[in-house]
Amino acid sequence: MRELKILAVVTFFSVLIYILVEPFAHSQMHKHVEGHNFTYTGEADIAEASDEKKAVKEKFWSEVKTIASLKGDATAGEAGFGMCMGCHNGANMNMGGAIPPNLDHAGAIYDKNYLIALIKDPAMASNVDHKYADTMMHPMGSVSSMFTDDQSIADVVAYLLEKKAGEVTPKEAYKEACVRCHAMRYANLTQLGETPKFKHEKDALAHKIKVIDEQDAVKAYMGKLPPDLSMIIRARSESFLETFVENPQSQFPGTSMPRVGLSAEGYEKVKAYLTEIGDPSKPERERLGPWVLGFFIIFSILAFLWKKEKWRGHH
Amino acid sequence: MAHFDENAKPFGNKWLDERIGLNTLTRVLQTEYWIPKDINFLWAMGMVLAATFGVLLLSGIFLLMYYKPDANLAFDSVNYTIMTEVGYGWLWRHVHGVGASIVFLIIYIHMFTGIYYGSYKRGRELIWLSGMALFVAFSAEAFSGYMLPWGQMSYWAGMVITNLFSLGSIEAYGLVEWIRGDYVPGDAYLTRFFMLHVLLIPLVIIGLIVLHFGTLRLPHVNNQEGEDFDYKEAADLYKAGKVKESKVIPFSPVFLSKDIFVMGVYFILFFYLVFYNFEFAMDPVNFDPADGLKTPAHIYPEWYFLWSYEILRPFNKDIGLIAFGVAQAALFFLPFIDRSPVVAPAHKRKLFNIWFWALVVIMIALTALGKLPPEGIYNDLGLFFAVAFLCMGPLLVWITIKEKNEMKGA
Ligand code: HEC
Ligand code: HEC
Ligand code: HEM
Repeated sequence: MRELKILAVVTFFSVLIYILVEPFAHSQMHKHVEGHNFTYTGEADIAEASDEKKAVKEKFWSEVKTIASLKGDATAGEAGFGMCMGCHNGANMNMGGAIPPNLDHAGAIYDKNYLIALIKDPAMASNVDHKYADTMMHPMGSVSSMFTDDQSIADVVAYLLEKKAGEVTPKEAYKEACVRCHAMRYANLTQLGETPKFKHEKDALAHKIKVIDEQDAVKAYMGKLPPDLSMIIRARSESFLETFVENPQSQFPGTSMPRVGLSAEGYEKVKAYLTEIGDPSKPERERLGPWVLGFFIIFSILAFLWKKEKWRGHH
Repeated sequence: MAHFDENAKPFGNKWLDERIGLNTLTRVLQTEYWIPKDINFLWAMGMVLAATFGVLLLSGIFLLMYYKPDANLAFDSVNYTIMTEVGYGWLWRHVHGVGASIVFLIIYIHMFTGIYYGSYKRGRELIWLSGMALFVAFSAEAFSGYMLPWGQMSYWAGMVITNLFSLGSIEAYGLVEWIRGDYVPGDAYLTRFFMLHVLLIPLVIIGLIVLHFGTLRLPHVNNQEGEDFDYKEAADLYKAGKVKESKVIPFSPVFLSKDIFVMGVYFILFFYLVFYNFEFAMDPVNFDPADGLKTPAHIYPEWYFLWSYEILRPFNKDIGLIAFGVAQAALFFLPFIDRSPVVAPAHKRKLFNIWFWALVVIMIALTALGKLPPEGIYNDLGLFFAVAFLCMGPLLVWITIKEKNEMKGA
């Protein structure tokens, strides 16, 4: 009885320390940012904006809403998509700072509202308009001059959501959404994508130079080289990653990372990849855990019986 | 010369007894190493510590096979090679990380048990001193180990802690550089902490554990009432078969059977943490590679150093360092600060009881505040509790002298 009382006291203080130095301290150290489940209505952007920008943003996002309510025609959108392919052509060439990503699964990983906003005004959609005096300076900025009427935007987006929305693997999602900026060395990925195996050192070095050139271009575009994301899943909390990817400005006001515009499903895929690379033991932990705990539970029961036997007659 | 039986079977009982005194050893260390019967599971914490040290040693050896002590390779050798490529590397790493953190929880429980029951007095001073030496050695081991993954926290905590050796206004930057082997933490720094972590400090710890066990043998461990009885008489009673009446039990197998049960329960908790809740022991910030150009928003030590850190922090740097030194030394010399000869559990010692629980509360408060950003109210509270901690030493002197005088009066 007394032992249980002592155990209760020890447990109480241990748990108290744990709560204070872990959940409580972290809640005080990091600012709390409310997520919005990967929907993009511009609400946060408008709230954060300076007074002079507020009206522009309000107008922009209400127009996005109008376009979203239009019925898009995927067949008509196919022609428009041809214009996207002018840049998103798979040539893996840097264009104004970054390599235009492959759009094969754009309909599956990006949010509809976001795509509309992106075509209307990429800088505004990504919430990095403060970096540009006028839209045209964004590397994809000229798109807004190609799609001037609302219906054509609705059509392209309908096309993406219908024809470019096939099953996407976590790796493809990462490569389409993040790799143009973020290398991932534990997965053999650079800003140029997968590093091939070279037979000759000379070729390997030549490739390395190409990678460095690409990184320099990204650096010039972003102001700094975006970090390698190999271990990011363990280096940041779940809620930080989620809210940061949703709207980087919410966590780091003024940061150059643009909003990526993933849908909830798209983010799940990217997160699955970050986990696969940064925390690969997760499935094995879950498999092995119960066995090890089971072993020690049985061990303790046997040890208890042994103890009872040894202490017989002692009290 | 001693007599050796020609016919004794090699490695048999007799053969060994003649050569290393097996029977004497078994008697002295096991079957006739008398432990008081009136103790609770807190007395198993010492063996739990020994077991945890064993687990740390074993998991450390496995990690050592793949770890690369090089500022360019260290981070990836841990986070990629060990965590992804080596079979069960992740398991050894999580065991080692959780072990290093939880060992301090058990050390603190063990220390506070000693304080609560007054187990550092009446012949047990050396147990306490060797125990404190172990605490210092474990702290150094934990700190040096924390440098090895060469993450952001390794680098910046290393920077902050080694800076302490500039000794405030003395500005002994030469000493800091000598410790680092460079102006800032770098390769030379990493390789020397690697050596300390895998060789020198573990050797010291093993030596200190032997010493700690040695200091225990003659005074015997204390008991729940602090009762001082005749061990010889009690042992004779036990040996005569009166196990119920005797106040002692042999260490092995009777006490050991309980130790092992407690260890089993402890390892359930331990492996629960290893598999399902290891984050507290492996700070996220340390999964960002070291970057000397990018100071993390919050720099804090691991949880077990927080109370010390918080004694340092609220003052200006000179007073902070002195306060820090005084706090560590005071704990070390507790047996000599406590002037009362009374050996009894705190709940039987009125004022001391209040003092004890105040100490627990103060240390927990300091621990919590050490991690919180030093702003606003947290700053004031930090200062308050740091000063309170420093007052605890003189208070103990006063309380125990009073207790001593009351005893004389009675
Ligand atoms: C002028 C060249 C150009 C054209 C035309 C263009 N893009 Fe882009 N696009 C880019 C570049 C460059 C990027 C990378 C920009 C960045 O990461 O900041 C990009 C990025 C994107 C992204 C990812 C953006 C994000 O925030 O995640 C999507 C989706 C996209 N484009 C869709 C389209 C669609 C749909 C069209 C056609 C309607 C189109 N693009 C037309 C150059 C272009
Ligand atoms: C157009 C370039 C670009 C793209 C695309 C991009 N990022 Fe970033 N990202 C950056 C830059 C630049 C930073 C550095 C931000 C800073 O430090 O202010 C960054 C930083 C980060 C960080 C670290 C934030 C921190 O706490 O330091 C994370 C996490 C991150 N990005 C995740 C992602 C994910 C996930 C994706 C894909 C879904 C992605 N990023 C796509 C440019 C990009
Ligand atoms: C970290 C490694 C340590 C190990 C392996 C260890 C081991 C042990 C063991 C096996 C015992 C006997 C059983 C028990 O009472 O629990 C013991 C007793 C004791 N230890 Fe430690 N110990 C360690 C650290 C410390 C520290 C840091 C202190 C405090 C400064 C300390 C102070 C004591 C005291 C005072 C006793 C006597 C308890 C009594 O008489 O009731 N030990 N230790």
